[in-house]
Amino acid sequence: MAKISFRQALNDALRLEMARDPRVIMMGEDLTGGAGGNGVKDAWGGAFGVTRGLLGEFGPERIRDTPISETAFIGAAAGAALTGMRPVAELMFVDFAGVCLDQIVNQIAKFRYMFGGRARTPLVIRATYGAGTRSAAQHTQAFYPIFTHFPGLKVVIPSNPYDAKGLLLQAMRDDDPVIFLENKMLYDTMGEVPDGSYTVPFGEAKVVRDGKDVMIVAIGRMVKIAEEAARKLQSDGISACVIDPRTTSPLDEDTLIEFAEEIGRVVIVDEATPRCGMAADISAMLADKCFDSLRAPIKMVTAPHTPVPYAPNLEDLYVPNADAVIKAVKSIIER
Amino acid sequence: MFSLHLPHERLLEAYRTMQTIRCFEERIATEMGTGDIPGSTHLYAGQEASAVGVCMHLSDEDYISSTHRGHGHCIAKGCDINAMMAELFGRVTGTCGGKGGSQHIADLRKGMLGANGIVAGGAPITCGAALSAKLRKTDRVAIAFAGDGAMNEGAMAESLNLAKIWMLPIIFVIEDNGFGEATANEFVSAGSFVRRAEGYDIPSAEVDGTDVFKVYTAAGEAIERARAGGGPSLLHVHVPRYYGHYSGDPDTYRTPEEKKIMRQEQDCLIKFRNKVSVEDLVKGSALEAIDAEVIAAVDEAVKFARNSEFPPASALTTDVYVKYQ
Repeated sequence: MAKISFRQALNDALRLEMARDPRVIMMGEDLTGGAGGNGVKDAWGGAFGVTRGLLGEFGPERIRDTPISETAFIGAAAGAALTGMRPVAELMFVDFAGVCLDQIVNQIAKFRYMFGGRARTPLVIRATYGAGTRSAAQHTQAFYPIFTHFPGLKVVIPSNPYDAKGLLLQAMRDDDPVIFLENKMLYDTMGEVPDGSYTVPFGEAKVVRDGKDVMIVAIGRMVKIAEEAARKLQSDGISACVIDPRTTSPLDEDTLIEFAEEIGRVVIVDEATPRCGMAADISAMLADKCFDSLRAPIKMVTAPHTPVPYAPNLEDLYVPNADAVIKAVKSIIER
Repeated sequence: MFSLHLPHERLLEAYRTMQTIRCFEERIATEMGTGDIPGSTHLYAGQEASAVGVCMHLSDEDYISSTHRGHGHCIAKGCDINAMMAELFGRVTGTCGGKGGSQHIADLRKGMLGANGIVAGGAPITCGAALSAKLRKTDRVAIAFAGDGAMNEGAMAESLNLAKIWMLPIIFVIEDNGFGEATANEFVSAGSFVRRAEGYDIPSAEVDGTDVFKVYTAAGEAIERARAGGGPSLLHVHVPRYYGHYSGDPDTYRTPEEKKIMRQEQDCLIKFRNKVSVEDLVKGSALEAIDAEVIAAVDEAVKFARNSEFPPASALTTDVYVKYQ
């Protein structure tokens, strides 16, 4: 198995599926970058280079650069999906969902139900999310709780290159609309990834690390933070288990409940803001389903209830870090 | 004179479809009074010539999207009126199993991509259907029906641009009934819709939507252009709206007099009858026979709806996903 980047793993998944299934098309802003100019035609390959090289292989009919017009192309992807194609649309930043939320939540999420089960919308919306790039409040948010809220959408948040490829292939083969969120800070992380096609199923949490004293649930980039905290806790004699749900909709409640009941102490790390976030959602579920097994209050480690700040020192304070996780774990470990 | 070029049976078909829409909508207006249709509906009566003049050019392979005022488009595209009526009554035999209602009637087998509760919401989706037709190298076209109000939504502006940039086989049919809900179009719309389309280099025309022959001719040109790879068009179709914005709207923002004149002078069915009789194309008795058949068919639809069950409680949680977990 080759060691490749998160970015390359995504690129491989897109390439493999486009080669396999002619119904897969892609659309988004600067997917190739350079369209219509006199210079290099594939200059950007996506704002983060995820789609680089696909233009040469599949051509401009299937790799479509769009106007900066999210409502039009997200809606067009939906219409193409309803009529037999399997589009992958890229929102450069998930924050831009703000200008096309109607298409996502009022149209795409609801077609199947409103139409009495007589429609399929096999559509993937890929989007970057997350703070850490010194890009201030409108290019950094972690919107996954918003999408998780809506019945009809599936929400996928890979934390490593292996899952990124397998989950994206699953998303492209899925018959329901999928919001696929890529943390920008993970693009250059490396990991072992098989060459060919494989899928990682939705709704199956991954036990990243086993442990007996506390269960740390972490999503996306926070999985690495949780692992770092778990390593440090080990040297203090605390054995922490780390669980990565991988998809927030569907959510693997069974695994979370099983481990919460066995361990009795839970910390949830979430890059989203705390109100109505994933940490709140998972804690409510666990409190409801396994209250009697809990030996301490469930702790949430989240961003503060603020927009993402610009100044580097403030942004570093904003994103949950290993120290915050360790502090939360220690606050419940003696109980 | 396009009417002369339409074979006799197509003239009858045009009339039958317009009359079916009219009768369906008037019956709903009555049935709303019984309290047996949940919620509210937006009636298409008065606008029939627009849906029919456009959809006469289409087959089940072509796509349309519609608006909150969608019954007429559905009927013109061939949706079953029994299933539509049952949907309005919220019954399990409805087009959407009773889970969509008036504003979400869809039938993908007929190329009907859905009425839509969001103004201009269907325009981007229709661009996608047109893209799909184009990429699969078919000569299918997609029609985005929308109202005058939709022309002031960003989704429409974005769709017009995308349609032209990608040279999509799509026709935007803007049915201007003079009012966005209760506010007059001229009070809220700057400039002209046709000139807005011209700004995108999209061929466009103003059309008298009370004359099905004029709509048929204008739509024919636009659809032919789209099928031949000539890209999008926009038709600004002027139509009367016989009822208020929604059932239950007392419609006091229009005077009784103007509404009376509207029904006398702008009625597409009266105009059709006059035209075919002046030109001696269709016998009056043939039209009367159709009237009787349509009334019976709509009666039957209401009976079908009333005799159908509501969806079972288990339907509450089905059809959210194809597969979840």
